[in-house]
Amino acid sequence: MIGLILRRLGQGVPTLLAVVALSFFLMRLAPGGPFDLERPLSPAAMENLRKVYGLDRPLIAQFGSYLAALARGDLGPSFSFRDMSVAGLIARGLPVSATLGVLALIVACIFGIGLGCIAALRRDGWIDRAIGLGAALTLSLPSFVVAPLLQIAFGLTLRWLPLSGWEEGDPRHLILPVLTLALPQIGALARMTRASLGEVLRTQPVRTMRAFGLPPVLVTRHALRGALLPVVAYLGPLAAALLTGSVVVETIFGLPGIGRYFVEGAVNRDYTLVMGVVLLVAVLVIVLNLAADLACAWLDPRLRAGS
Amino acid sequence: MIRRLARARSAVASLVVLALLALACLVGPAFTGHEPDRFYPDLRQLPAGLTAQPDDAQLKPALNRIAFRMRARVAAFARDGDRLNLTLAADQPIDRRSLVYLPRSDLFGAPSVVAEEEGGRRLVLDVPIRHLRLLLGTDVHGRDLLTRSLVAGRVSLAVGLTATLVALLIGVGYGAVAGYAGGAVDAAMMRALDALYALPFVFFVILLLVFFRASLGLMLLAIAAVEWLDMARIVRAQTLSLRERDFVRAARALGLSAGGIVLRHIVPNTLGPVAVAATLLVPRVILLESFLSFLGLGVQEPQTSWGVLIAEGARAIEAAPHMLAAPAAFLIATLVSLNLLGDGLADALDPRTA
Repeated sequence: MIGLILRRLGQGVPTLLAVVALSFFLMRLAPGGPFDLERPLSPAAMENLRKVYGLDRPLIAQFGSYLAALARGDLGPSFSFRDMSVAGLIARGLPVSATLGVLALIVACIFGIGLGCIAALRRDGWIDRAIGLGAALTLSLPSFVVAPLLQIAFGLTLRWLPLSGWEEGDPRHLILPVLTLALPQIGALARMTRASLGEVLRTQPVRTMRAFGLPPVLVTRHALRGALLPVVAYLGPLAAALLTGSVVVETIFGLPGIGRYFVEGAVNRDYTLVMGVVLLVAVLVIVLNLAADLACAWLDPRLRAGS
Repeated sequence: MIRRLARARSAVASLVVLALLALACLVGPAFTGHEPDRFYPDLRQLPAGLTAQPDDAQLKPALNRIAFRMRARVAAFARDGDRLNLTLAADQPIDRRSLVYLPRSDLFGAPSVVAEEEGGRRLVLDVPIRHLRLLLGTDVHGRDLLTRSLVAGRVSLAVGLTATLVALLIGVGYGAVAGYAGGAVDAAMMRALDALYALPFVFFVILLLVFFRASLGLMLLAIAAVEWLDMARIVRAQTLSLRERDFVRAARALGLSAGGIVLRHIVPNTLGPVAVAATLLVPRVILLESFLSFLGLGVQEPQTSWGVLIAEGARAIEAAPHMLAAPAAFLIATLVSLNLLGDGLADALDPRTA
């Protein structure tokens, strides 16, 4: 098991290197720079700034020193936020994004898996149809449409919740963003759970349990263990989708998370900030995929034997 | 059996909706009576409605604005069906040439002077009222939203189909080659695919579009580069099982080259699942396109797409919610239909439900 974890993490290293190289050269080969302000700087000042940040050296040398700093765990200074290091900015933004993402994950799992179970148990009934249609609808509702609609309904009309913004420790600012982020995933999880639980419910062992008169709740509990495998395997991509979705949600709701730092950093040509966020996202995706695989192995004895 | 029919019914209904939407986007703008980029400065952010514009509520502010431009005041006006009896007053004699402001506002036709009083300081005019029908209202610049939504639909649908096609070609090629080659080549190609899966692609797409100036071609390329991975996996899995089938062996025994076998025997036999995956890919691509356009990174003015219109609507949501509703309705109808169609196809091709 530990060998598997180490091997998977080892496989992640080339991926991370590719992420760093790709984002580094993509940004540097593009026209424009972090000091292109609306009022152009004098050539001398520009020269000085570029020297201070090491931008005057050859690209390969800059890449080398970035990698060297990265190996020491140093993500470098931010170009656009004065006197802030990228690590400091991420330390500020990550708790917001993590709270948002984890809450959305929990909401999506509870409602998605719950509704999927109901649909599978009431197969072909009207509840099943309604859930199926609702799932297709949430999957087709873009977050950038849902978010303004929620803002109108709960922020402007009902005035129950703040429109946007963020105050430390006020959970009311998180409700609409979490809802927006979780909604499409509820649909995805419900469909997945319905399909796989429906399949398991038609297998011989389940039929036998039913024939012996086990109460439906117990049957479902046994069936669910097997049926959750594809759902758990989906948690890796799901986490990636939540990370991507947070870019839009944080921008619309004005939350100071890493998604917004990414957008602002990209617009301001803040090379180090963008690299830091992309790297963080890549690490998170790799680790979460690994976690999902481990959870699968824990649920499914066949996979455990295989590894 | 009944269930299959019901599923097929929703798929058929989706197909009809899609065909109608595509037809409306293709030929509709010619029949709405408005150019997509024609401005009606006096009819900004007009809500959706069936009544012909200008209606009585619009008339007075519009007349006041025009009179101001003519350096005159509206002394009196009365609407009589399609005609307007308008009396203008001013401190100086009114310049007749300034009457062109009336037809120029798009709301009225060329006026004729009925009477001139007080040495030209009062003019009584007979003005024909134009009838504009703006079913879905207008945007912040006073452009017809129906026409704009339809024209935007062309771009969104075209992007969705083109990017899917490109992703399809890459994915099918990659998957078929990996699956048919097998062995070390397959292992290496799949390892590369796994590595690509772990990349935060959407972040790269955003970077690409921010740093190099956003354009339609670049966005197409970026979307296709992201979305071919699933297709490659599906085709490879199919190819692995097809490779050992008798008809492929027979083709090999007859001396057909590997490339010929892949093209003639493997790829055509993978098309069922590929069609399902492609149908489900189109809505994902359209969603990604609108997402990028919403962020201002996709389709650029003067071109427009549903994502662009939704972004405009989201900005004006307090004053004019219809600006979000119109393009969002088109987008959601398209996405729902495509998703239902894909599900129906998948069900129809699934041997277990047959």
